Amino acid sequence: MSFGEQLPIVFSALNTGFLQTMRLFLITLVGALPLGMLLAIGEMSRFRLLRTIIKTVVWIIRGSPLMIQLLIIFYFPGLVFNTPLWGSGESGRLAAASVAFIINYACYFCEIFRGGIQSIPVGQEEAGLVLGMKPTQIFFRVKLLQVIKAILPPISNEIITLVKDTSLARIIALQEIIWAGQAFMKGSRGISGVIWPLFFTGVYYLAFTGILTLLFGRLEKKLSFFR
Amino acid sequence: MAILEVQNLRKSFGSTLVLDDISFTMEKGAVLSLIGSSGSGKTTLLRCLNFLEQPDSGIIRVNGETLLDAAAATASDFHRNLRLKRLHFGLVFQSFNLFPQYTALENVMLAEKLLAREQPDWKERKAARLQEIQAHAESLLADMGLKDRMNNYPHQLSGGQCQRVAIARALALNPDILCFDEPTSALDPELTGEVLRVIRSLASLHTTMIIVTHEMSFARDVADHIIFLDSGKICEEGTPEEVFGNPQQERTRQFLSNYAQQ
Repeated sequence: MSFGEQLPIVFSALNTGFLQTMRLFLITLVGALPLGMLLAIGEMSRFRLLRTIIKTVVWIIRGSPLMIQLLIIFYFPGLVFNTPLWGSGESGRLAAASVAFIINYACYFCEIFRGGIQSIPVGQEEAGLVLGMKPTQIFFRVKLLQVIKAILPPISNEIITLVKDTSLARIIALQEIIWAGQAFMKGSRGISGVIWPLFFTGVYYLAFTGILTLLFGRLEKKLSFFR
Repeated sequence: MAILEVQNLRKSFGSTLVLDDISFTMEKGAVLSLIGSSGSGKTTLLRCLNFLEQPDSGIIRVNGETLLDAAAATASDFHRNLRLKRLHFGLVFQSFNLFPQYTALENVMLAEKLLAREQPDWKERKAARLQEIQAHAESLLADMGLKDRMNNYPHQLSGGQCQRVAIARALALNPDILCFDEPTSALDPELTGEVLRVIRSLASLHTTMIIVTHEMSFARDVADHIIFLDSGKICEEGTPEEVFGNPQQERTRQFLSNYAQQ
């Protein structure tokens, strides 16, 4: 097969893989951002036990490799309880990967949110209070935008890392873009022993993180009207 | 009737007694200046009046209405209607605490707008109310000499301008008593003057004010009554002439002579 004949086959496979990468990326964001917010609120709660539990979970999740978490979440139910929770198909692998990623990223987001909220000077809250504002009004009208401005750089950092971390799901054979590119090394759809499709997977990541970088740059600029 | 009565106010942080049996009264339109060295309890007293701190004991009455009777108050009593109680007082902070994402005008309008939204007729009268609120805020800022600064964000303003916006913001809700917590301590001498001028003009309009300050000549000039706090106690009080001209307590003399030397 000539290179010209290989190209469309490879790109169609890479596109399918990238679609799966995008699915995992978006599901993780949609799940981890709100969960991280909840964890952050819990971590600032008055209840010491709740704070301790959340701090411990965050420590364990942030302190161990995402790859281990993926393996444990995917294989643990089947191997230990003999009930393969996730099923054997691609949808089962995506579900397991999503759970692992959401938990992992929620812990990182939690720390970013907590830091952002706590970085707002107490004077902002007090100024709102003496003006007769309710705590919810103070949060939404006074603090929120300042928090968003403060956490935008670390959040964009984390989200760009997430784009590339999705490739870790390869370890449980999720058919994301690295899996798709690697397949042509071993042999797939009549093509084997080539490494160049793997280089193209890198281009997908670069293009996507490039778009995200531009997007976050624009957001930061939008919020630069105040200090 | 006194506009403000404070009786036997006590407050401690841990084992440190910060306010020890503070009692005083104030008449409407009067200007009270609290002086004393750092840590004497001046700021804590203002924070208690604004319900940012919960006193351990004591009574606070405004216009005869008991806002706080700490002896009777449980924590939930303290927090009940806290928002409404706070509206009797305005507070201008040392570090301004303007909301950075809002323009000067929006800073002044925000609280009044949020209160107006709670009125039952807000929906029907929305446009008219917003116009009223904006006109009110604009006139306050104009009074502060900030007519051409209304649409600037706090970071585009000098410290003195920021503090004047903060004063307009505190005035927007028409508090009975306006409190100042060292309003010029974060400003250089040049900017101090413009803020003091504004406070002086408020005094001439008979705005009831409590001013915590380290500017002794200003306190002497603008206040009708001086309270000198020392270690959480009222050490001496009286008219400016009495306290500055003829202090009775050794501690007051010592404090004032330290200032005179500077």
